[in-house]
Amino acid sequence: MTAHEIHALSGAYAVDALDDLERARFEQHLAVCPECRAEVASLRESAAMLTELNATPPPASLRDRVLADLRTIRPLPPEVPSPAVEPERPRPSRPAGSRAASRRSRVNWRGLGAAAAVLAVVGVGTVTVVDQLQDDSSQTVSTADRVLRAADAQSIHVDLPGDASARLVRSVSQRKAVLITNGMPEAPSGKVYELWLQNRAGEMVPAGLMPDGGDQEVVLDGDAAAATAAGITVEPAGGSDTPTSAPIALFDFAQAT
Amino acid sequence: MRPLNPVPSGDRTPEGTGTPDLNSRLGGLLNLAARGDESAFAELYDATSARLHGLVLRVVRDPAQAEEVTQEVFLQVWRTASRFDPERGTALSWLMTLAHRRAVDRVRSAEAAGRHDTAYHQNDRSTPHDSTAEAAEASLEARRVRSALETLTVVQRDALELAYFGGYTHTEVASMLDLPVGTAKTRIRDGLIRLRDAMGVGQ
Repeated sequence: MTAHEIHALSGAYAVDALDDLERARFEQHLAVCPECRAEVASLRESAAMLTELNATPPPASLRDRVLADLRTIRPLPPEVPSPAVEPERPRPSRPAGSRAASRRSRVNWRGLGAAAAVLAVVGVGTVTVVDQLQDDSSQTVSTADRVLRAADAQSIHVDLPGDASARLVRSVSQRKAVLITNGMPEAPSGKVYELWLQNRAGEMVPAGLMPDGGDQEVVLDGDAAAATAAGITVEPAGGSDTPTSAPIALFDFAQAT
Repeated sequence: MRPLNPVPSGDRTPEGTGTPDLNSRLGGLLNLAARGDESAFAELYDATSARLHGLVLRVVRDPAQAEEVTQEVFLQVWRTASRFDPERGTALSWLMTLAHRRAVDRVRSAEAAGRHDTAYHQNDRSTPHDSTAEAAEASLEARRVRSALETLTVVQRDALELAYFGGYTHTEVASMLDLPVGTAKTRIRDGLIRLRDAMGVGQ
């Protein structure tokens, strides 16, 4: 997507009319484009004016519920610059299970957890999931290596919009699949990429959340030998039990080479 | 209602939706809420809940779900009031942006999960939409918005309404309006720009 094309998304972004992947890309662009930030702000003002035409008071009982709930929620402190949420994440081309790699991923996850907590009430749930994944990370690297080196490893490549791509490698003998991503945009704010394995009944079974960062190597949870396909969807922070959006990538094992 | 503390008149507040007085008052209330002032928050709720809920209801349509979303949005506002930055936009715009995002998230995830409520369309008709819409229409501000909307082309207006009130993506809007793929986003943007210029906001 050219700079000109991405700029043209400002209006659709201002009224939440982008799909999740476009949104992620545009937010990346916003971070480096002050003109677009100013334009989005002004277009949001003009969209908000339209609400003048639809005022509908909520039931009085809602006011009581909201005010009662306030007491249980602590207002967030103002944002202060913190190096922990720095988006720069240099990665080795091949995370070989070293202690350094796992420490790095821990820092990233903390940053993601903090960012999610800023955005939504679901912050606590996110951190819990994140902690579970963190604990697994030291074991999964060697699993990834076993899958990638397996004699029966099959691979499927999928191009994603822009320059991003993803490769899924499955080994039936190891019963595991590994996803390798390249240049994936960050998930939209308050969202995560969730991985899925499709079973023979055609159901999508959760296979874990993708770590933050565009270049990743992730072992999917669950029995990949029995699966017929794998997919990636964009889900609310913390992930979902069933996909709530169409997959942004689908890997059909029947087409594996 | 408690007496208002005087809020410095916002020379630096960008012009935007709502009157400058209203926005600087709301900005002051958000400041107090960020420090845990519940009565300031109650006042903010009273000043904005009809507009906010009206938007959510228009997008979500199901009254029970719309109430849930409105409640979530206000709790999010309470939690994140310290993140409101008057340099980046008006208080009303900030509130409506949060509300719109959540309402759209709700309809899109419900749609993806295939959760279709059969009561949906009946509920749609029974919302107390007409009486309040009439009252709003009578207001001067509403008349200004209406005449600003008239400066848009039909396609710009339809595309904007489907995106903003319908919660559809620009790709879906293009298909609904039989526009070539990729042009709906331009119509939405042009429509918003015309609206902005006609109302003289956000400059």
